[in-house]
Parts: sequence; structure tokens; C-alpha cells
Amino acid sequence: MAQRLKEVDVVVIGVGMVGSILAKELAAAGYKVVGLERGSTRFTVPEFQSPGIHDELRFDVRKALMQDNTREPVTFRNNTSQTGLPVRRWESFLPGTGLGGSMVHWNGQTFRFQANDFELATRTRERYGKGFLDPDLTIQDWGVTYDELEPHYDRFEYLLGTSGKAGNLKGQIQPGGDPHESPRSRDYPTPPQKEHYSGALFRKAATSLGYHPFPQPSSNLSQPYTNPEGLKMNTCVFCGFCERYACEHYAKSTPQTFILPVLLANSNFELRTGCQVQRINLDSTKKRATGVTYIDNAGREFEQPASLVITSLFAINNIRMLLLSGIGKPYDPGTGKGVVGRNYAYQTMSTVASFFDEDVIINPFMASGASGTMINDYAGDNFDHSGLGFIGGAFIGAVNTNGRPIQYHPTPPGTPAWGKGWKDAVVKHYNHTIMFSLHGSSTSQKQNYADLDPTYKDAWGQPLLRITFDFPKNDLKMAEYVTARGVEIGKAMGAKQVVGSPRKGPYTTQIYQTTHNTGGTVMGNDPSTSVVNRYLQSWDVPNVFVIGASVYPQNASWNPTGTLGALTYWVADALKNKYLKNPGHLVST
Amino acid sequence: MKSPSTPNVTRRSFVVSAGAATVVPPAVALVAGSAQVAAAAAPHPAKVPTPTPAAAAASVPVQAAKPPKPEPTVYLFFNVAEVQFIEPACERLIPADESGAGALAAGVPNYLDKQLGGAWGAGERLYRSGPWIQGTASQGYQLPFTPAELFRTALRAIHTDLAKRGSPFNELSAEAQDDYLKSLEKDNHDLDGVPSGVFFDMLLKMTIEGFFSDPVYGGNRDMVAWRMIGFPGAYADYYEAIDRHGVKFEREPMSIGEDGHGHVHVHPEIPASVG
Repeated sequence: MAQRLKEVDVVVIGVGMVGSILAKELAAAGYKVVGLERGSTRFTVPEFQSPGIHDELRFDVRKALMQDNTREPVTFRNNTSQTGLPVRRWESFLPGTGLGGSMVHWNGQTFRFQANDFELATRTRERYGKGFLDPDLTIQDWGVTYDELEPHYDRFEYLLGTSGKAGNLKGQIQPGGDPHESPRSRDYPTPPQKEHYSGALFRKAATSLGYHPFPQPSSNLSQPYTNPEGLKMNTCVFCGFCERYACEHYAKSTPQTFILPVLLANSNFELRTGCQVQRINLDSTKKRATGVTYIDNAGREFEQPASLVITSLFAINNIRMLLLSGIGKPYDPGTGKGVVGRNYAYQTMSTVASFFDEDVIINPFMASGASGTMINDYAGDNFDHSGLGFIGGAFIGAVNTNGRPIQYHPTPPGTPAWGKGWKDAVVKHYNHTIMFSLHGSSTSQKQNYADLDPTYKDAWGQPLLRITFDFPKNDLKMAEYVTARGVEIGKAMGAKQVVGSPRKGPYTTQIYQTTHNTGGTVMGNDPSTSVVNRYLQSWDVPNVFVIGASVYPQNASWNPTGTLGALTYWVADALKNKYLKNPGHLVST
Repeated sequence: MKSPSTPNVTRRSFVVSAGAATVVPPAVALVAGSAQVAAAAAPHPAKVPTPTPAAAAASVPVQAAKPPKPEPTVYLFFNVAEVQFIEPACERLIPADESGAGALAAGVPNYLDKQLGGAWGAGERLYRSGPWIQGTASQGYQLPFTPAELFRTALRAIHTDLAKRGSPFNELSAEAQDDYLKSLEKDNHDLDGVPSGVFFDMLLKMTIEGFFSDPVYGGNRDMVAWRMIGFPGAYADYYEAIDRHGVKFEREPMSIGEDGHGHVHVHPEIPASVG
């Protein structure tokens, strides 16, 4: 029997990036907020300290910071003719757990999407005509525009202290920045990080080919910074232990560095860790949430009543929370009806490996997670797709994130998997190879979705989320085309051997690609094709807001975190200035 | 990798003396009698403390990747018959050669033993609820065996198989050992319910882990694998070095288990576990 707790104004499910920012905004505005975090409390000191944090086996291979998949995995299949089976070990993507969420183990690559991305369906139709798209694709406009989000992107970047170089200031193209970016109101708060040798070689080659290289925007900071919350951060020292690790130096922007100390000091906020939320509770009309039910680490069940419920979980967990709570109609791929789980998408990652002679010393272990040099000339709609048969693109970059040797020991094709031939190749190429990341967009299509698994359960007896996904043909064509451009850059760098690996199907859960799962609770202006409105408010239950990359109708050519930060402040603004003054539907249905 | 004492040191190599305790102004000096460049890393502007034991360890020139002293392994998981397969098999996967020690001298069998005898062997981070249905390659591992059960089952079947053929694995020639390993890898025959390819993949993956992981886990003894490729290990401040483009970074690698004297304490009981 659940113990019923005292009602609060707001309950936030998941105290990661989104949850901690929104909780801070609402607590500062005078609302009583409870944050429920399933994982543990953790801070830069003592949890993230050296030397223990620099342990590749524990953090990279064994994935110590990730969601506990022994209790709460997902099931997966490539298509509906297969049976969904549990992903018994994480590999393809790595959702985190614990205070600060997945952002604790991110790489810090902090992009904005382009204006075009938010109106993708409309602009694709306008530029290429109605029949251009594969009819299976279900791409759509977001219901919010870049211009509306720009002030919120700006606020997020200044919260994090992001290091970069503007390419477009209020319409004026800036030398050294990305000329393709949509106009920004001011430059990044801190200058770019130092350039790694791989980036310098890339820059020279890309320039010689007529492209526009620029420093990757990084939230591993180039210099000390104090953010508008009054919190101080340090300079990144290129330790090479970034993604899959927490930062020991206060140099990677995470909730621990940019917001939590302020949030936790506010008496309007209460953090509860070890709380596994089972569902959002609805009243008898099913149109109003009454709070949430959770089970704590000791197995005790509680009901936390609240006037407003914010689910701010990692994308796939947001989808599951709505399905377990009966909020919104589940998507049926047979009929195309329903919305929850629809438009699940990902990221189409390809690579180019450039192998150099042994007199070219790369030092891959000197790295921050986001200090690459890259081009956007083949990202998004920055190139003419006429006659190419696909939409979308990828950034191409020399993004040298680490040289941790269990997982990083590049060898050319034809190298044996073991024995002396393998060992010789590992020794020969370890310090003389440059890897490009080709970070491709992901279209949504009818066949790809998420629902509740009919068979497999979590440790609390609830159905797992089942993901049905394979790469759309559109995206595989895109990967092929963009990878060929990456190979040209590798050759222009003077590499002895350049190997392009465009992403191929079928999608596999067994190879790490990226933790950029998107969609499933998408935003939009039409309730028949979206779960939440443009303010990320549930169409069905207006006192529930859903914030995560799960609201992206499809995924763009860049890492999703910057856009999620902008959406978070966009929602904070709507909550404080609209919803909480007059609770109800912010967009009429 | 060349030792700094070798006269033939490349112009592109330098030795870094690092550490918060050693405040040396940035300096680049030619060392008399060689082309070697010595450089010192100054504290970077952020003055981030480097709270590592090695910070106090000052500069230690990198040593060539010579085989470490053999240390006896106390096997807690593997039985004698299993060791007769595991030790030579690991060494065939990563053999000793002119580039440095192989898996055996690096202590990889010891690493495997401690991992399989601990939480990882018992199914740490493995979702273990049925039903057990074999799926596609994209769906990954779907067997009920924990790693410990999988090794035990497969090794017993291999032992039986080799007994029928007449020679235990450790008495085969290197070529015959390679052929047998290839048959496990490629033929995917049944080892009492374990497909041999699944066993081989796990053995290879864990051998590479043991070779390259921090020595506190019982492999990579004396950081031989890191010396072999030039990875500095847990040492992790390259603020001054990162824009010396194309210059080889040579420094004694560092383990997370080092004390201030550069000695690595082996802690095989440290679990790679949930934080």
C-alpha cells in the first residue's frame, strides 16, 4: 500500500540536465518542487576524482555510469516480423543514471540545429518538390522555429560556458566560425579550445578543398568561466577521459557544475534519490494528472501528489513513462494511427579512418570530448540534394575524443583479429591514425517506433520498452554520399591509406554508435501526429510536460543536447509566464 | 618506442616532466650530444589541481617495453586443466614478439581468472531474465550463461574434444594451437550448448581487455601494453602538450594504482562494478 505524501506544486521525474534546470527555474519562482531521481547522489568531489575516474575498464567497457540494465533494459528488433529481445548488455547507446543524468558522461559537443531543421517538412517540399521524399518517411515540422528558440540557445550556452567561435552574428558572417549556422545574437561565452593535431591537418585539407572548417563548439571549457548562476568552472586539460566518464576538473559542463549547487541551496526544492517512478497517476477523467507513484531503494511505495508533473527523462524513458501511465494514444505501425512511440529516430554515424606513416605523430590520448575541427558543408540542407535521392547530411570532423586502448586501437581492413598480425598492426597504427566522425541526420519513418514489450519485464514487474528500428534507406544513401566526401578530405590530408565506413544496415544494438535516441513523444502543432504541443505540454493531460530529445520529430546532423537545452529554457519561459499563471491548455486543440 | 637514452632518438620526441609539485617554467632545450628535446609542462592557466599520486612522482623517462618479471599467478577460478588451455590460448591471441610482451607475460590469464571469479563472471551488468530465444546478430547475446558458466562449460567441452584428438592444447605446436583457435572462431561448433564462436569472441575480447586495462586488474603487468603503443595511462594533463603538433609525447605511463614511488599495487579484487 502506497504511503501518500503531502502535495507539492511540481514533481520532476529525473534530475538530469532538463530536470535540474527546470527545477531551479520553478523553485526560484517560488514553487515547491520535488525532484525524483532513480540513481544516486554524486558530485565532482568526491565521486568523480582521479585517479579512480581514469579507469577504462570500469567506465568504458563495463559502463559503470549507465542505467542499470540488469533491472531496466529495453527490448529490440529490426522490424515487426521479428520478436523483440532484451538488449542484455548496453552497447549501441548508453543512457545514464544518477544525479545529473546522462549529461554527466557526455562529450560536451554543444550544437545548435539550423533554422531549416525546425521546418524540415515544409522547407524540403518547397525546395525539392512534393514527390522528392520516400513515402515511408514521416518527417514533420517542429511547431517551434529557430528564431523563437534563439534566445534560449543563447541562455543555455552561457549557462554552460560553451567554447566556440561564432560564424554568423545577427546575419554577419564571421571569419573562422561556421558560415552555415543560423544567426546568433552574440558570440560563444568562451573562445574555442586548443586545436589537436588531427584538427589542424583536417583544417588544412578541408580548406584546400574549398570547405569551411571551424572549431567544434565544446562544453569542455577553454578558460575559467563563471556562469550567470554564479558558478565557477575550470579549463579543460585534455585528459582524454570524457565521454562515459565524469569530469574531475569542473571543466566539463554538467548539472554538477552549472546548476545543481544553486538548485540544492533553494529550500523550495527537495531532491529524493533512489526513487523509481512507476507511473504518473491520472484522475478518473484521464485528463488530469494527480501526481506520481514511486518505489524507493528499500522497496517502499509512495504516492507523491502534485499539481504539475514534468517528465524529464532520457528520451526512451520518457516514451515508456507515458506508455506506463496511459497518457496519449500508443502508435500502431499497421494503421499509422496513434502517437506515443511514433517517429523514434536515432543518428546515422559513419567514420573515415586515415592511416599515416609512422613519422606523423597524432597523440590520440590528448583529447577533450569536443575539441574537434569540422565542416558543415555536407550537413543538413547546406548542399543541393537535387538528384541525390535523399535529404539530410552529416557534419564531417576530425573529432579526436580519446586514445583509450581497450576500445581504441585502429587497424586497416585486412588486419587479422588476433595473433602477431593484429599486434603488429596495433603497434604500427595506434599513434598514426586520424578518425573522422560523420555525424548524420536521422529521418523518421512509419516502420520505426517504440511500444511496451509484451513479454519482458523490469525488476519492478513492469513491461520493458520495445524499440523497433532500422535505418531508413534515405539515411543509408546519405551516409554513402557524405562518407565519400570524408574520404576525399582524408586523402587531401596526405594519409597513406584512407578507409571510409559509411553506416550500413541492419541497425545493430551490438556496436556503439551514439547515445542520441530521439522521438517517440514528438512535438508539433497537430495532435494527430504529435504527443506534445509546441510548449512540450501533453495534448491529452495538460498538467503533464514531457521534455527530452523524445520530442524531436526527427533528428538533425548534430548532437542533440544544445537543442534540448534551448527547449528546456523555452518550456521554463512558457511555464513561468503562461501556464502557471493560468493552468490549462497552452494551445487549443 | 625508443628509450630516451638511445642515441638515435627522433627529433620529434621529447620527454615531459610534469606535476603540480614541479613548477618549472616552459622550457625547450636541446640536450647535448643528441637531438632529443626536453620540455617541461608548466601549470596551465586554470591552475586546476592534479590530485594524483603521480603528480608528486615528477619526471620518469619512459622505459622500453621489456617483458616484466614473471609473477606466479594464484588461480582462484580456473582449475589446472583449464589453465592448460587458457595460458597458451591467450599467448597465441597476443603473442610475445619484438614489439614487447605477449598476453602471458602481461598477466592476462590472471586478469581473466579474477574477472571470471568475481562479479563480472557472475553476470554483472547482464540482464538475466528469460525467455531465452536466439535472435539476430543485431539483437546480440541471448544465452542464459553467465561469463563464468560460459567459460566453464566451453572449456570442459574443449578439454574433452582435445582428449579425443590425443593432445592437450598446451602440448600442441603454435601452428596447431592457432588452427584449433581458428576452428573455434570460424566453425562455430557446439560446446555443450555454447556456440564456439561466442566463446572465442568472449575470450578474445577479455584478452584484449586484460592486455590494455589498468594493471590494478591483474593484467598489463608493468604497463607493458601501454609502453608498447605509447599510451600514458591514467596520466591525464596535456594542456601544454596538445598544441605541440606532431611531437611524440614520451613519459612513463601511470596506473591508477600507483603510489608516489611509481610502484603499481595490484588490486585484483577491485570490481569493475556499478558506481
